[in-house]
Amino acid sequence: MAENTNAAGEVAAGAPPGMPQLNPDYFANQIFWLIITLLVIYFVLSRVALPRIAAILAERQGTITNDIAAAEDLKAKAEAAEAAYDKALADARAEAQRISGETKAAIQADLDVAIEKADAEIAAKASESEKAIADIRAGAHDAIKEVAKDAAKDIVALMGGKADAKSITAAVNARMKG
Amino acid sequence: MADEAHGGGGLSFHPMDQFEVKALFGGSDIHWYTITNVTLWLALAILAVIGLLVLTTSKRDTVPGRGQSIAELMYGFVYKMVEDVTGKDGIKYFPYIMTLFMFILCANFLGLIPMSFTTTSHIAVTAILGFGVFFAVTILGFVKNGASFLGLFWVSSAPLPLRPILAIIEIISYFVRPVSHSIRLAGNMMAGHAVLKVFAGFAQVAAIAPVAIIGVMAIYGLEVLVSAIQAYVFTILTCVYLKDALHPHH
Amino acid sequence: MEGELAHIGAGLAAIGSGAAAIGVGHVAGNFLAGALRNPSAAAGQTATLFIGIAFAEALGIFSFLVALLLMFAV
Repeated sequence: MAENTNAAGEVAAGAPPGMPQLNPDYFANQIFWLIITLLVIYFVLSRVALPRIAAILAERQGTITNDIAAAEDLKAKAEAAEAAYDKALADARAEAQRISGETKAAIQADLDVAIEKADAEIAAKASESEKAIADIRAGAHDAIKEVAKDAAKDIVALMGGKADAKSITAAVNARMKG
Repeated sequence: MADEAHGGGGLSFHPMDQFEVKALFGGSDIHWYTITNVTLWLALAILAVIGLLVLTTSKRDTVPGRGQSIAELMYGFVYKMVEDVTGKDGIKYFPYIMTLFMFILCANFLGLIPMSFTTTSHIAVTAILGFGVFFAVTILGFVKNGASFLGLFWVSSAPLPLRPILAIIEIISYFVRPVSHSIRLAGNMMAGHAVLKVFAGFAQVAAIAPVAIIGVMAIYGLEVLVSAIQAYVFTILTCVYLKDALHPHH
Repeated sequence: MEGELAHIGAGLAAIGSGAAAIGVGHVAGNFLAGALRNPSAAAGQTATLFIGIAFAEALGIFSFLVALLLMFAV
């Protein structure tokens, strides 16, 4: 190990002493190649790389601007379409309302006519029935009168009297009225 | 145990070996044109930049994929930074600042690969970056504003007796800028990598090896953060200096 | 002997890293305190935060550099 350290020390001593950075023998070489490197990088960048990247960025900026304009166009179109759709919807709704109103009115009219007719028929039927009832009632009245006259004549005959038809009728009529 | 008493013994730390510059194709002399590991990792940094910014955007998709998103993100990040700090008239210096940012970012991250070589940990490299920014900004300031660029040092909002003192302080801080600008980056990179190496050295002792390895993992996570933040800080300070050059009056 | 003194000096210089840590903590803590009082203004000030942290940290890096110089270059 000690030999190793010594050997390493000898290597360091064999090379020019101290830091390699401070060895003036190396300066010219480094400076020469550095200047060549910088020139090459500068020409590569200024001739090829930077114009190309600038062009790419400019092109992208243009594309983005165009795309934004196109997107705005499309948005305007979409808004117009939406307005048209809304209008169509409102129209359709109004139309539907109108049609339903008309239908309702027509139905109402038909209904009214039908109800009127039905009312008239009902009224006719009712008056007919009333007439029939009145007839029946009148018929019943006359029959009762007849029966009463006959009964009264029989009763008078049974009591031994003789009754003329005229006075019996008058008496029965008076009673029936009362 | 006797070994350990022997001046560190079994532990042998060589935290600075990783920064050694070596010729790749034999030979021990390093001339200015020698192809070294510096060359290799700088070339890899170039490839990383190309891979990040050029290859990912080759399809030019309007809807970006993963790679292209990263490239656009970096572009937007630096662009916004330049615009926010320097204002509209700083935009034309954007490619230079993007170059600095991408280079430092890629070099920092490549340096985190184990066994790699961190180019930005060398003061020679960062000094070129820092002093390059310093001279460029100073010359630009004088070209744009003429002598009125010196108004940067004359704080007109301060009371008159204080102004000469402030001017001296401002001038000193102006000339310290490139030094701190470059040493901050190199120092951060060097310190982080040396600490990683020291923790890795502790792993040689079996008893504390698990702790050392967890320590290496934690420091590595911190270093990833530091690599990105140092690239950001270097870039934004460049933007601040550029703003001073373009608008020297406070 | 001289080398040992350099090592002691390097250790002393490393104290500066702790001082820089206090400075960075101050910057970040005060930013957080301000950001919690007015979260809407915080997003615009992150750049300032990082610049402040960078300045505070640079001095710690300088002390680290001094330590390294004493260790390896003296």
